[in-house]
Amino acid sequence: MSVTTESAQAPAVTHTQDTGIWSWMTTVDHKRIGIMYFLTSFFFFFVGGFEALLIRIQLMRPENAFISAETYSQMFTMHGTTMVFLVAMPMAVAFFNYIVPLQIGARDVAFPRLNALSYWIFLFGGLFINSSFLFGAAPNTSWVGYANLTSLQFTPGRNVEFWVIGLSILGISSILGGVNFITTIINLRAPGMKLMRMPLFAWMTLVTSFLLVTAIPVVAVALILLAFDRFFGANFYEVTAGGDPILWQHLFWLFGHPEVYILILPSFGIISDVIPTFSRKPLFGYPVVVYAGILIGFIGWGVWSHHMFTVGLGPIADSFFVASTMIIAIPTGIKIFNWLATMWGGALRFPTAMLFAVGVVAIFTVGGLSGVMHASAPVDLQQHDSYFVVAHFHYVLVGGALMGLFSGLYFWFPKVTGKLLSESLGKWHFWTTMIGFNLTFFPMHFAGLFGMPRRTWTYQAELNLEIWNQLSTVGAFIFGLSSLLLIWNFGRSLKKGEEASANPWDAATLEWAIPSPPHHYNFPVLPEVRSREPLWHEAERADVEAVTLPEPAKEPIMPSSSFWPMVVAFGITLTWALVMTGVWWVPLLGFGVTAFGVFSWAFQPAFR
Amino acid sequence: MAQAAAIAQDDHHYTSTGLSSWKVGFWTFIGSECLFFASLISTYMVYKGRSVVGPYPEEILNIPLTSVSTFVLLMSSLAMVLALDAVQRGSRKLSLVWLGGVILLGSAFLGFQVYEFSHFVHEGLTIGTNVFGSSFFVLTGFHGAHVTGGVIWMITLWILAARGKLAPADSLKVEIAGLYWHFVDIVWIVIFTLVYLIQ
Amino acid sequence: MSTETLDGPGQGHGGHGQGQGGHASRGTYWAIGGILTLITAAEVAIFYLPAMAPVLVPLLLVLSATKFLLVVMFFMHLKFDSPVFSGVFLAGLVLASFMTVALILLYQVLPNYQVMG
Repeated sequence: MSVTTESAQAPAVTHTQDTGIWSWMTTVDHKRIGIMYFLTSFFFFFVGGFEALLIRIQLMRPENAFISAETYSQMFTMHGTTMVFLVAMPMAVAFFNYIVPLQIGARDVAFPRLNALSYWIFLFGGLFINSSFLFGAAPNTSWVGYANLTSLQFTPGRNVEFWVIGLSILGISSILGGVNFITTIINLRAPGMKLMRMPLFAWMTLVTSFLLVTAIPVVAVALILLAFDRFFGANFYEVTAGGDPILWQHLFWLFGHPEVYILILPSFGIISDVIPTFSRKPLFGYPVVVYAGILIGFIGWGVWSHHMFTVGLGPIADSFFVASTMIIAIPTGIKIFNWLATMWGGALRFPTAMLFAVGVVAIFTVGGLSGVMHASAPVDLQQHDSYFVVAHFHYVLVGGALMGLFSGLYFWFPKVTGKLLSESLGKWHFWTTMIGFNLTFFPMHFAGLFGMPRRTWTYQAELNLEIWNQLSTVGAFIFGLSSLLLIWNFGRSLKKGEEASANPWDAATLEWAIPSPPHHYNFPVLPEVRSREPLWHEAERADVEAVTLPEPAKEPIMPSSSFWPMVVAFGITLTWALVMTGVWWVPLLGFGVTAFGVFSWAFQPAFR
Repeated sequence: MAQAAAIAQDDHHYTSTGLSSWKVGFWTFIGSECLFFASLISTYMVYKGRSVVGPYPEEILNIPLTSVSTFVLLMSSLAMVLALDAVQRGSRKLSLVWLGGVILLGSAFLGFQVYEFSHFVHEGLTIGTNVFGSSFFVLTGFHGAHVTGGVIWMITLWILAARGKLAPADSLKVEIAGLYWHFVDIVWIVIFTLVYLIQ
Repeated sequence: MSTETLDGPGQGHGGHGQGQGGHASRGTYWAIGGILTLITAAEVAIFYLPAMAPVLVPLLLVLSATKFLLVVMFFMHLKFDSPVFSGVFLAGLVLASFMTVALILLYQVLPNYQVMG
């Protein structure tokens, strides 16, 4: 895959095969951007995990003082904020980036430079919010930041400001990414790749992207209102002026509930591709799984106040949300049956990717069951703000979202790197993860029902909660160690792993038709697709391989690298960060940098 | 296979729908912005009647003045479609006239807003006075910021047109700018009704 | 290569145009401009006429919705364009409307019907 010299007639094209840090900093190649998203989110996974371990050590004994109450507040706030916004979401985006264009038969996403911008905003935003630790002012009002705890009156200091500004920056990245992927999936599918022929992962990417572009603006407004309260003396959450702190909860959860579907749907998409592959059977009820995903996305907008059953909205409002929350369990449950039916009667194999996928089906079901329990308002009155809720959402988010991402990791690692991960290390990783995870979070169901509240730095010995906490802490360390196994597997495989062919799993979809790793232009010629499993139908596979494997006669024209996305990302971060000076005109300096970057970008041709 | 070969020649322009990716992306962005403004409008609506101290909307909102500014903004949308039409037909002179019209009318609208804001502050309504002040200024302030961005965008296009760089083949740029401008206008239609006329 | 700054994947050259069916004429645009002006004048009149007070809210909502639709369908060209554009726009607009109505119900309507909230 050497850099070929151009013929006299061909246009000069910047090759993304260039190595060196500058080529990565200016890349607009979705594959490189995907890799950067993954490495960055994987790094933050360990940051968030470290914060979790500090929490678990503190809770190991009653009336412990391993860390102070203030530090504890910062730990649970940053653990949640990091895991949701800096790990789960961007790791899914890493897969959207690398895999979706390959699955739909495209050369790149619709807006490559915008794609790079999304990544750099994510990196700078993540660094910004974590820089708060350097000032001893890490966010400390939980990942949901309820008003009016977050007001100047009750939490003076920089902590809340770092949180508000950091999340505002990160939100821009997600909205732009959502627009990019919606356009890509609508508009850049290869000939014959009808929407109902797309791999499920591409479908879930589309639904997730719609959720992103619609939900994030709502939390952006919630944050803006809070910022105006704190920086400019507005009254949005000020009770004495007629404001209502509950408005924050409405706006936050109007975002927050679609957000949890943003977190889970990508993993549902991943296992919907993995399970059929290792059952050697097409996904059972493909259209139903697609419509269920769309329905979940849509109904997910109508359930938000199930996070507010203890607020006192009244029986009419509460009943509505009880009903809508129970209804949304239906399409979710349907998917579970479709995955099981796919496996039924299939020629099953269990490489690590499949182990994690089956793990998702099992573990998510447990989390879903506790979720349905929360859906009943009277029951939730006991469970709300207890460790029972913590158990529920870790089952669905770690057992569902994270394990789904791990499944995708083991599945697509050969495609990205051209090497196979070690299956024996993979199995060790899977089983220690399962043991560690369940040992950590299953006892929390009991701790919660026996009265342990969330977000409280210690508990009295008389409450008899110590045993549950000890089990959880031991489990957490096992889980942490299991993640180290993953790093070991990466390192070992990259160095001396077995070489991977184009299709080591004998899978069905387009990304497996091209070499591992792909050429920078993905497809020499765009393939023509006639079914959902192009590589499983003899004649179609022959046609697809005829155009996807050979070197092209003429190098395909690819978008050129650009420095401006990084400049604009820097400008946006700077503008928001300068809001913290409290002087209204200082952010305009950052705005100037941003505007300069935007204009330079607009006048730079995409293809040079 | 012939189609595949044909696609290979020029496939960095290929699309599955035959539509412009820029238009698809921008309409999606507009859908997203609907949620942004709806959140701000919802905040205003939720806080109607909840201010503890004045000035209150009925005391301070100036309907005649705002009717004029609303009319001005609506006419700027008319100028925008005429500008697009002029660019599509290759009429450089008319492009400059109508794009200039958008800029002038948009700036006039902003002038009205600046006057209104400073008048309100003078009358004792600031962002911190009560929830009406907070929700009003943030909602109309963000709308005004969007108009400002639009005016800057239009000035850029006007300069391009003046330099002869806005040919019919470039009309997509004007169309996209127009979508933005009209969207900002329809947000104002909603604000004018819900904030000013229904009190 | 060209200095085309909007060049990039998917300019629709390979397909069958920008998906535009028909097209409104310049005269139509002027007419709509006139209608928008008239509706605005009517809205202001309704605001000031005491006789209109009982029907003020539904009438103003209908009139402003009409202006909204005219701008979206004709000035923004949705009437003549591919349903794809309407689809992505409506996804946002429908959810936005739903959210606004829900919050108004929760805050302004529901408290009249129950003791709490």
